[in-house]
Amino acid sequence: MISKDQVAHVAKLARLSFSEAELEQFTHQLDQIIAMENELAEVPTDGVTPTTQVSDERNVFRADVPVTGGPTRDQLLQNVPESKDGLIKVPTIIDKGEADA
Amino acid sequence: MNFETTIGLEVHVELKTKTKMFSPSPVAYGAEPNMNTNVIDFGFPGVLPTVNREAYRLGIMVALALNAEVATETHFDRKNYFYPDNPKAYQITQFEQPLARNGWIEIEVGGKKKKIGIEEMHVEEDAGKNTHGDAGYSYVDLNRQGTPLIEIVSKPDIASPEEAYAYLEKLRQTIQFTGASDVKMEEGSMRVDTNISIRPIGADKLGTKTELKNLNSFNYVRQGLDYEEKRQAEVLLSGGQIRQETRRFDETSGETILMRVKEGSDDYRYFPEPDIPPFDISPEWIEEIGAKIPEMPDKRRARYVGELGIPEYDANLLTDTKEMSDFFEATLAAGADPKLASNWLMGEVNAFMNAHKLELQQTKLTPANLATMIKLIQDGTISSKIAKKVFQETIQKGTEPEAWVKEKGLVQESDPTVLTPLITAILDDNEQSIVDFHNGKDRAVGFLVGQIMKQTHGKANPKVVNTILMAELNKR
Repeated sequence: MISKDQVAHVAKLARLSFSEAELEQFTHQLDQIIAMENELAEVPTDGVTPTTQVSDERNVFRADVPVTGGPTRDQLLQNVPESKDGLIKVPTIIDKGEADA
Repeated sequence: MNFETTIGLEVHVELKTKTKMFSPSPVAYGAEPNMNTNVIDFGFPGVLPTVNREAYRLGIMVALALNAEVATETHFDRKNYFYPDNPKAYQITQFEQPLARNGWIEIEVGGKKKKIGIEEMHVEEDAGKNTHGDAGYSYVDLNRQGTPLIEIVSKPDIASPEEAYAYLEKLRQTIQFTGASDVKMEEGSMRVDTNISIRPIGADKLGTKTELKNLNSFNYVRQGLDYEEKRQAEVLLSGGQIRQETRRFDETSGETILMRVKEGSDDYRYFPEPDIPPFDISPEWIEEIGAKIPEMPDKRRARYVGELGIPEYDANLLTDTKEMSDFFEATLAAGADPKLASNWLMGEVNAFMNAHKLELQQTKLTPANLATMIKLIQDGTISSKIAKKVFQETIQKGTEPEAWVKEKGLVQESDPTVLTPLITAILDDNEQSIVDFHNGKDRAVGFLVGQIMKQTHGKANPKVVNTILMAELNKR
């Protein structure tokens, strides 16, 4: 079971704003999804290593050699809402301490 | 009531690679905004990160230098957060299986040695840089986005601000010697976050901790922790409670100032990064990397003090950077006397570097030229006064001292058969000085030496001059 509060919390983390009706709807839908996942949880997985990725590759490295010649800065900046002097212009967001590297 | 202090340090260090952690964009300090970026750094849909092998190699090198156990199997995880400095809305980091665990370094505070444990260290990517403008807008530069970092998390073994300072200094020095990073606070290639709590001595449970951010030097870390230690004690002694909060250190007042109160734990919703396959780190690779780690500062210091008779203080300065230590050893290999080489490096060379704001390797001085110059002083070819001239010439222009001294006619005059007639002539011309000398006026000797130096353009060997002059004066 997922509560409406939990859905509201996740929405807040994702910077999404929902109406009361939407919250009700998503809580209901997520509840059904989680119910299905709970069914999957009944499969015995003792001793099985968690899957972290689904391609069978391992140890894929890149050499430390710079590659340039892709889209230019101006081309890259065409995909941002606004830019100024080569910088991306965004509304100021108060540092909530979530930007820690 | 007396308290004991527990300090934790999280240190981010930029790894010195040519390209980013997960994209082949160049890494360079001070480039034009957003020039070192590509579609991966911008987080465009459908792009795939690829792992820079060099970042892993350097990370393993740091781990080994910090006596940590390198994991045999690692993978990356996503740390989710929304902030404009990271356009893909997550940071690729290592949460579940860090690159290495259980390291330690040894510090010394007040003559006491202590091992400080390192909980874990992991490889991750840096975020871009935000500049806050006016009118409600910020400006984002993604050049730094994706720069490889290693985050080093200490165990709660640090019990005082002094120990925190010593730990950071030791960490910086050790990593600097591996060559894996520049570790410069002023350029942001080393960054420090810290947390501190106090509890009544003997209490089982740790106290509530506060975090300190925006610490731009090791000194500020120490000052900030000092302040926080006292502030927390005052709050507790007056019956108050410590809140879990983040504070920043104010450099002008030396105080810490509340930034925000933490509500609940961070909610980063980590999950395994599906775009990057896992890595096995083979024992062979670890061994190969370990074999290339240069001798660490502690060992060098012990050798300098024990075998070369260098004072402890000087040995510390000589091992401040690998460049300085290597230069010192190369100067000895070129035949220089250890103590003289050390004195020159600590004195004139350091003064020159500070005055011109240069790193040792940015000057024109070579170990061979320094060794030659020291030899010229030792065998009396040049006076210590002339040596200063020779030093400036060789450190500024890279000139070979021996040839230059000959060419410029700066060789010291030490031959008594040349100096004696000169001295007797000067005495003949200055009879009053001889009278003064016999009347016990020391100034007379200084005056006569000055006359001799003037005539020889400063090239007369002062020791030889002194011996001859005293002998001649006593004869008269």
